Amino acid sequence: MKSNFWPHWLKRSELAGAESPAGGLGAELDTLRGSICEMGGLAEAAIREAMEALVRRDAEAAAGVVRRDKKIDALETEIERRAVEIIGRCAPAGDDLRDAVAALKIAGVVERIGDYAKNIAKRVPSVEDSRMRPLSLLPEMARIAAEMVHDVLDAFAARDARKAAAVVERDAAVDDFYNSIFRSLLTHMMENPHNITPATHLLFVARSLERIGDHATNVAEMVYFAATGEYLADRAKGADTTAIGAGELGR
Amino acid sequence: MEIASTWLLLAGFAAASLVAVAAFVRLRRHGHVEQDESANLLAAFEDPLLVVRDRRVLIANQAARDLLGAHIEGSDVRLAIRHPAAAEHLAGGDDGEERVRIELVGLGELGRPWEMIVSPLPDGSRLVRLVDQSQVRAAEQMRVDFVANASHELRTPLATLIGFIETLQDEAAVDPATRQRFVGIMAGEALRMRDLLDDLMSLSRIEAERFAAPRATVDLRPLILGVCEDLQPLAGDRKIRFERGSGEALVSGDAGQLAQMLNNLVVNALKYGRAGTPVRIRLKDAGPDLISLSVIDKGEGIAADHIPRLTERFYRVDPGRSRQVGGTGLGLAIVKHIVLRHRGRLEIKSKLGEGTRVEVTLPRAAPAVT
Repeated sequence: MKSNFWPHWLKRSELAGAESPAGGLGAELDTLRGSICEMGGLAEAAIREAMEALVRRDAEAAAGVVRRDKKIDALETEIERRAVEIIGRCAPAGDDLRDAVAALKIAGVVERIGDYAKNIAKRVPSVEDSRMRPLSLLPEMARIAAEMVHDVLDAFAARDARKAAAVVERDAAVDDFYNSIFRSLLTHMMENPHNITPATHLLFVARSLERIGDHATNVAEMVYFAATGEYLADRAKGADTTAIGAGELGR
Repeated sequence: MEIASTWLLLAGFAAASLVAVAAFVRLRRHGHVEQDESANLLAAFEDPLLVVRDRRVLIANQAARDLLGAHIEGSDVRLAIRHPAAAEHLAGGDDGEERVRIELVGLGELGRPWEMIVSPLPDGSRLVRLVDQSQVRAAEQMRVDFVANASHELRTPLATLIGFIETLQDEAAVDPATRQRFVGIMAGEALRMRDLLDDLMSLSRIEAERFAAPRATVDLRPLILGVCEDLQPLAGDRKIRFERGSGEALVSGDAGQLAQMLNNLVVNALKYGRAGTPVRIRLKDAGPDLISLSVIDKGEGIAADHIPRLTERFYRVDPGRSRQVGGTGLGLAIVKHIVLRHRGRLEIKSKLGEGTRVEVTLPRAAPAVT
């Protein structure tokens, strides 16, 4: 017979940690993680809005993304301050220490992701007056990169090591997109010199997306470490698509 | 109760006092002890529901835990919903007594639309309800896309027609040979418009019948042979090879639609396969109740990210090329709907540089009564 003596909420470790009088550190770490998620949510929105602005050539929306990046920066400073304070004051150990250090590092990387989104938004006015359509590949690449950021933040919130590992695997796809976009933009530039300026801007957009993918991978590795205490095995590098194509034809 | 009493004996007063302290803390924090009952009530709802107080998730029902993760109960609300618009209303200070509705995108999966409704409760906590908007949006989006695409697809050949007509009206400027060439192009464009309208109409017809499963018994083998024969002129020197499996291939279906499906698949294989390579049609058993029909070509193949979108109307991997070979952009959408109506399954597999295989699995007809 199952005992009903203990209220169910006392058995839940997160709840007990957060609510019991001795759970000060647990509650503070939880708030810290909450702030990182807030920051991540802002970064996710920034990527989405920057790409929407790019596709619609909406300079005003792009300016909004640039403005809102300040909020991400402010949150990073805040998280850094609080994480250092927690480490200094509470001297956490084991899981808690890993959590605090991961928070510190992840905040830095998410801030970079926000910067890349801002960078994409900043280029919108330069692409605007050209007649070259942004490549159809770019939004698709952005979708995958944004999905990586989205999933890695989910993994972070849930301390889900498996989901984090799955994010790392997708980085190769983003690299493949980058290679393909690189080649196609180069073709555009060779066809018509008027394309060089807008194509260069689009190339930098692709570059930013590729970096966002890399940073999501970095966060995934930190999430994996924070959750398991072990390092993720080295990932395979995204192969050059030209090499894959030739290899398959040869077979 | 035995477990509890043993536990009590062992733990003695220490445990009892811990419970008392914890219960006291809980009372002071939440003001009530009916949390279990509220949780039971919330569990009965299918929409994800959360009760939030002081930035913390007090209760999350099963739907909410499925959507946002099992970890959210008891944690900072921003770990559950990190959308900036939501963060403002949930983590921020007091919103007053107003009910707030916000559109959120990307809870659970990226891009999935939700409506979040935050209602203040009498005890100062807030009830957060999430309503899935994806079906509403998808339906709206589909209609908008369809109208835009269909009119766009018709406008291109129409513009060409009008252009040539205007040129021909100025009779002096055109010599007879050029005129002949122009009329040829015009005929081509007019035929394309007709094909497109035909495809649009058969698509809407198939869709209208979508829930009425076809009842006639159709033998796939003569049907395939018929399609092969019809299409051989189109294939030129390329071979359409039919690898028939042993035994009967009877499915319950609509012969006209199945022929149209196969026709579209083989025409695709002919268009996108490499010159000189054969197109193979393979019929085989896929279990006691299923028959699998595959159309296989050797060609450039299709990149993996395009495959899920191939059955979308007017989706083209390479728009220029599709136009050049005279595609309407509806072929696979029609195939998908025919397969759906026949309670079958459609699977597209492709390898870049090697080719594509489209496999349709159909349920066998019940054995005929003789």
